[in-house]
Amino acid sequence: MVNSVTNLGRNGLADWLVQRVSGVVLLAYMLVVGFYLLCSGSDLSYEQWSGYFDSTFMRVFSTAAVLSIVSHAWIGLWSVSTDYLTERLMGGRATVLRLAFQAASAVVLFTYLVWGIQILWS
Amino acid sequence: MLKVSLYRYNPEVDQEPYMQEVELDTGGKDLMVLDVLELLKGSDPSLAYRRSCREGVCGSDGMNINGKNGLACVTPISEALKNGKGGNKLVLRPLPGLPVIRDLVIDMSLFYKQYEKIKPFLLNDTPAPAIERLQSPEERAKLDGLYECILCACCSTACPSFWWNPDRFIGPSGLLQAYRFLADSRDTATEERLSDLDDPFSVFRCHGIQNCVNVCPKGLNPTKAIGHIRNMLLSRAT
Ligand code: SF4
Ligand code: SF4
Ligand code: FES
Repeated sequence: MVNSVTNLGRNGLADWLVQRVSGVVLLAYMLVVGFYLLCSGSDLSYEQWSGYFDSTFMRVFSTAAVLSIVSHAWIGLWSVSTDYLTERLMGGRATVLRLAFQAASAVVLFTYLVWGIQILWS
Repeated sequence: MLKVSLYRYNPEVDQEPYMQEVELDTGGKDLMVLDVLELLKGSDPSLAYRRSCREGVCGSDGMNINGKNGLACVTPISEALKNGKGGNKLVLRPLPGLPVIRDLVIDMSLFYKQYEKIKPFLLNDTPAPAIERLQSPEERAKLDGLYECILCACCSTACPSFWWNPDRFIGPSGLLQAYRFLADSRDTATEERLSDLDDPFSVFRCHGIQNCVNVCPKGLNPTKAIGHIRNMLLSRAT
């Protein structure tokens, strides 16, 4: 068994499952919002748009979508970093580069998370 | 005349690998790629490749033939040229992703190490019966499509996930064998086998690209076996 401390869940299965579930949530979210945009046509006012996101349902759904984006992106970026930024491909400096890349991704995603929740719930 | 492009590399003499262009009179016959190599070796004994059974059983002559991995002994020239890359020329390279020892011979250590990891033998902690452990025809049928693997490595060396992580991702061949023992009614180590596989790399680096299915000379389907393992992990954890 190959252990790792930087992946999201405890094991490979957890990551895989989170990746699938978050993918489904994001697809559903895009469909729901896309459908609303289609139905309301071109004359959508700011009040209508912000009112749409004010309902508790949309707040909860949007929060789920933000959480999904963050976890989906982390698992994806973590996979990319462990595929390409490896000692096998680039020698000793790979560890530093990989950690830097993962840290940068974490900072960006954490910012999105806090910022998204702040927008939705303030 | 058949045009052949050969990957040549002898680390004792060559600075780096190069492609050697040769021509061969096949007498108009649709030979197997291995026959072409044997004829070429007749005139240049320094050409190195592995082969043994010459009938698709031993798995030693896996190589990249006009861009597609396959066994030289069961691939006719006509089929090789249909692979697309190379036009009317036969292009032979070693299997990709693993270190080259010489010419078409690669170092398979990492491939075997992954095979070793999945414990490719029956584990059973119940007392051995007097004669043998019996299986019903249905139980035996579950091993069809799994036991036929000849470990030629065509699949694993066609898999991008194995190229990037050959030390951590088991690869299609090893996973097909892992499932072969998970599915065996005579094996009692299912739980240990599954917990050995449940990390982010061993199984879950498979992204379902199916290159493995596309190249297997025995027509096996590692992706399907990997799906079964994933389902077993899932039902064990939920
Ligand atoms: S399906 Fe999985 S194992 Fe097969 S080539 Fe693709 S990533 Fe590799
Ligand atoms: S699954 Fe097929 S391609 Fe892969 S090692 Fe076995 S026989 Fe070869
Ligand atoms: S020589 Fe044995 S499989 Fe080709």
